[in-house]
Amino acid sequence: MWRGKPVFIRNRTKDEIEAARKVDVATLPGGANSADDKRVKKDHENFLVLVGICTHLGCIPKGQSMNDAKGDFGGWFCPCHGSHYDTSGRIRKGPAPRDLEVPPYEFVSATKIKIG
Amino acid sequence: MSGHTSSYEPTSRWGKWWDERLPVARMMHAQFVAFPTPRNLNYLWTFGGILFLCLAAQLVTGIILAMHYQVGDATAFNSLEHIRRDVNFGWLIRNIHAVGSSMFFIAVYIHIFRGLYYGSYKAPREVLWILGVIILLVMMATAFLGYTLPWGQMSFWAVTVITNLFSALDTIWAGLGTGIVEWLWGGYSVSGVTLNRFFSLHYLLPFVLVGIVILHIWALHVVGQNNPTGIEIKEPSEAVPMHPYATSKDLFGMFAFILLFAWFVFFLPDYLGHPDNYIEANPLVTPPHIVPEWYFLPFYAILRAFTGSFLGIPLGSLAKLLGVVAMFGSIAVLAFAPWLDTSRVRSAKYRPMFKWAFWTFAFTCLALGYLGAKPAEGVYVLWAQIFTVLYFAYFLVAMPVLGLIETPSKLPRSINEAVLGPDAAAQKH
Ligand code: HEM
Ligand code: FES
Repeated sequence: MWRGKPVFIRNRTKDEIEAARKVDVATLPGGANSADDKRVKKDHENFLVLVGICTHLGCIPKGQSMNDAKGDFGGWFCPCHGSHYDTSGRIRKGPAPRDLEVPPYEFVSATKIKIG
Repeated sequence: MSGHTSSYEPTSRWGKWWDERLPVARMMHAQFVAFPTPRNLNYLWTFGGILFLCLAAQLVTGIILAMHYQVGDATAFNSLEHIRRDVNFGWLIRNIHAVGSSMFFIAVYIHIFRGLYYGSYKAPREVLWILGVIILLVMMATAFLGYTLPWGQMSFWAVTVITNLFSALDTIWAGLGTGIVEWLWGGYSVSGVTLNRFFSLHYLLPFVLVGIVILHIWALHVVGQNNPTGIEIKEPSEAVPMHPYATSKDLFGMFAFILLFAWFVFFLPDYLGHPDNYIEANPLVTPPHIVPEWYFLPFYAILRAFTGSFLGIPLGSLAKLLGVVAMFGSIAVLAFAPWLDTSRVRSAKYRPMFKWAFWTFAFTCLALGYLGAKPAEGVYVLWAQIFTVLYFAYFLVAMPVLGLIETPSKLPRSINEAVLGPDAAAQKH
């Protein structure tokens, strides 16, 4: 929890990272700012850290546990009004206007991060 | 208020003493005893009185609940269980209040549809009608705030989703919407702080409602009541004094309504609610299926009809803003009905084409209500979009256009003619 909101941390597989990087950023609402490498820390590209709150109306999207529906793009799916996020936490389909937020954070050590 | 002279005669010395100093009894007598009401009102006109009863019931039960309710994210949920189980007759008070809000909305929707069918919104009743629309808005706000108080899962997530509606303003000016939302919450997320202020406002708004209701009745007594023919009273024999005629009819309507009310209170107290609200609020788990209370479903369906595209038109990042605008617009458009409707005939009884539009609209509202409870996927979205278009078409197309192209059926010359037939009415002259 950060500021009363859940935080998602996903250790992504190579396939998931690749899928996220293949997308043409021009087709995304966030444009160049939505590029996958802007949403992770250098040398820790496998770790995706997100505020787990749908940018539509604030539900918690599904996708954190193994048997959740992860939506059409393998990331997260918000059941409230049907927003699909990809493996970079970017909005791909549905009513949400923005990508899932990346909170300010830093790696304190290889196994520890500090959010905020 | 209205022009007729008072027939009030105080009989006791006490009554005369007051009458010369503060003639409240004279005013009440003129407005609620001798007040002329059309002789042909049907039972749909008893819902005003029923709404009065609902408001009074909410106030009395609410004030008692507030004596036992403990606001706060750690205490609210348990204090309501305490009211239900431990407080003497707490279960009754709580059930009346919770069921009462649903009953209130049943009555107000019937009251509004009555007005739409008989053209009660048209001149000279525009202000009366607009005050009604404001009452509806304040009622919705009150009910929404009240629904957060039990602090169950539905309470928590309904507040989250509905307050987040304002974040749509970010599309107009970056940061504006988020700023408003955080200001409403008193933090970065919905919390006990939010609950506290919502309780304060939930206590306040019903009294604001009382004030607007008084204005609503004032406006009513200036212009007088409409009636099923939509024709104004032309001579005194077409009206009867409010007491005992309208009052006894109102009382009968109220008793019938109380039967339905009591049936829910005693046998189905949670039927109109949602079981998830008996799970305490948890900011880390969203229930799989968030639905608002039934009385908000049609508006919720309109909100959700605006997904990435609307009937094939892509909306992109405007989708969220448009959904919110359409939802508020669906209520705001009611306020413009007096000017959107171009027909000079009030009552749909004499408007063959408008009657169809009205029943299509009534069906549209029910259909939207049904769709609001369904997941926003697949065909449900398409149907919600179609019915959203129909909803607005009633006000923006049917009202202005039908008034111009429709030939109304023949109107009776007066209320007496409609009630007694032409011959008897002629004799009365
Ligand atoms: C316009 C009139 C009112 C409406 C439409 C309304 C509506 C509601 C609703 C929908 C709930 C949630 C019911 C539930 O599921 O438990 C509620 C709860 C509550 N209301 Fe009201 N209310 C009104 C007036 C008042 C007043 C005047 C007070 C007190 C001053 C009050 C105090 C409370 C309290 C303490 C609760 C929490 C207890 C509970 O949930 O049963 N309400 N209200
Ligand atoms: S809150 Fe996630 S889609 Fe609406």
